[in-house]
Amino acid sequence: MRVKLKLFASLRPLLAGAKNGEILVDLDAGATPQTLIERFALPREQVHLILVNGFYVAPDAAGERALEEGDEVAMWPPVAGG
Amino acid sequence: MAWQRKILRVNLTEGTCTPEPLNMEWAAQYLGQRGLATKYFVEEVDATVDPLSPDNKMIMATGPLTGTIASTGGRYSVITKGPLTGAIACSNSGGYFGAEMKFAGWDMIIFEGKADAPVYLYLEDDEAELLSADAIWGKTTWDTEAWIHTQHQDPQIRISSIGPAGENGVTYACIVNDLHRAAGRSGVGTVMGSKNLKAVAIRGTQGVRTVKDPSRFMEATTAAKKVLADNAVTGQGLPTYGTQVLMNVINETGALPTRNHRDVQFEGAGKISGEAMHEPRASDGKPNLVTNAACFACTIACGRVSRLDKNHFTVKNKPEYWGASGGLEYENAWALGAATGTDDLEALTYANFLCNAYGMDPITFGTTLGAAMELKEIGALDGVETGDDLVFGSAQALADLVEKTGKGEGFGVELGLGSKLLCDKYGHPDLSMSVKGQEFPAYDSRGIQGMGLAYATSNRGACHLRGYTVASEVLGIPVKTDPHATEGKAELVKAFQDATAAFDSAGICLFTSFAWTLADVAPQVDAACEGEWSVENLGELGERIWNLEREFNLRAGLTAKDDTLPKRLLTEAAKTGPAKGLVNKLGEMLPEYYQLRGWSEDGVPTDETLKRLGL
Repeated sequence: MRVKLKLFASLRPLLAGAKNGEILVDLDAGATPQTLIERFALPREQVHLILVNGFYVAPDAAGERALEEGDEVAMWPPVAGG
Repeated sequence: MAWQRKILRVNLTEGTCTPEPLNMEWAAQYLGQRGLATKYFVEEVDATVDPLSPDNKMIMATGPLTGTIASTGGRYSVITKGPLTGAIACSNSGGYFGAEMKFAGWDMIIFEGKADAPVYLYLEDDEAELLSADAIWGKTTWDTEAWIHTQHQDPQIRISSIGPAGENGVTYACIVNDLHRAAGRSGVGTVMGSKNLKAVAIRGTQGVRTVKDPSRFMEATTAAKKVLADNAVTGQGLPTYGTQVLMNVINETGALPTRNHRDVQFEGAGKISGEAMHEPRASDGKPNLVTNAACFACTIACGRVSRLDKNHFTVKNKPEYWGASGGLEYENAWALGAATGTDDLEALTYANFLCNAYGMDPITFGTTLGAAMELKEIGALDGVETGDDLVFGSAQALADLVEKTGKGEGFGVELGLGSKLLCDKYGHPDLSMSVKGQEFPAYDSRGIQGMGLAYATSNRGACHLRGYTVASEVLGIPVKTDPHATEGKAELVKAFQDATAAFDSAGICLFTSFAWTLADVAPQVDAACEGEWSVENLGELGERIWNLEREFNLRAGLTAKDDTLPKRLLTEAAKTGPAKGLVNKLGEMLPEYYQLRGWSEDGVPTDETLKRLGL
């Protein structure tokens, strides 16, 4: 299956060559956000906020949420605002 | 105690400046800044007063931690009755002005009456005088600061002033200090302008020498600073990307109000985001963002400083805007951008500069412009001279109309009404995206349900700084809750509202609450101030303030009917994203909220509640 990985803020430079921090990724069935974190060697402590299609996935559940074809996975380091 | 125990009463009608002792009984009950100044205000002002009459008063107030070494201890607030809302107004600002007021020896300044001719207040420690502002009336806040520095030959004077917007009666004029910090919302600058008060200029040399237990205060503030430094959000996230990093987060969440809340996601969000501010521009190879910046005593430093591309159409012939100045915060970028459908980062930055210089709230300006664009699109402005470019997505319209609104020219006069009066005037009141007359900030309550309740019940109209449940519902601070659920949101909103009122009364920045709880604040306040300031006491303080504000609003004529949201949010479902198909379910939350507050079904605090809180 193919999903889109979108990295933001200080995670963005970790996707070398990707335009606007986005890249399409082919994954095996059963892959999770954790699979993406490992494949792109993202520093685990820097991945604070994970959204799959805009829905929140708790960082400690990153290995449990099975991804599906066409999913969009967005990740941020620690952020806040107001 | 960290209070200076002294306030200045300025009667603009009489032209007098009179020192008074601070009411320490009230200080023990209301702490400072938002709470204490509100107590003074409600005791002295008839709630039914016309906000722009001389009988309205305006208080500039610090908190006990303002001017101390406590992190972010540089805040001050302006308390008055707001012309935008007819409700209590309390607008909070950072920068250096608040600390300077404390250094000059004052906890707060109460302005009453109206001057015959434009004046500014000059304070140098104990010396206070009202001076003619004839030479600066009509000038921008930037020119005003420069003129006062030159006039007094002292570049270290700290200044809060209004720009032309506050003089021209723009209903959402703000009070700008240190060039680009602002007491921004509810039209506090309009009140200042109505009093012919152009500026307050302060030079203080006394420091804050009244901390109750300096040794314990040093320990408490050092420990609290370590909490901020060690926290990933306040130690890394905010300094690097500022609040603007939320643009993509909230867009992905499907809660980014777009084109006057017709949509909940903006296709141009990436172009106006915090990430985009870091990217080198194609035109000149330089990024929009120059650096981050900190307010007085702040160890977070979330502020943005930006510089425009000199060749951008907005400033090509305006070198006065070529220098680095206050850059886009998330709220401003959203209101000037997504709310108007505009994705030109440079145009947004230009508009933000002008909002600072002319002294107006970019949230209300941007959302009012968005409402005008929708009115134009549906034909409600046919025959009105608006200019050809008044369409969603027009950077040209944004650039033209921000200047016209600031100057009070052409269609800018109409935009100066704010969205509620504008939409009422042209027959479409439902198109004003506001609560109690004040426009929404940057979170769509169809995608973040708790914010709908926070907006509807905010004592100063729609506002994210009265109960920021986004922290919990989106960011998971302090615990993650489901943004689409209504269960438990009444309790969450109340907890955020009460804690926020306590933070706002201490003299510190609300952004510390991304890392601090009241358990981090209490030891600092307790070491600084007389009395016992435990977590429980601060929590009750917040609740007391909330009810005090509510009581004022009820006396001013507001009722439970005003605790609502625009029809669009209650009946038109989100079209895209995770919240697709959802409206805000305010009705599921509001009754429980009243119950938790100890209010009647009509939203009136019961006698028992008032007695419990000492009101």
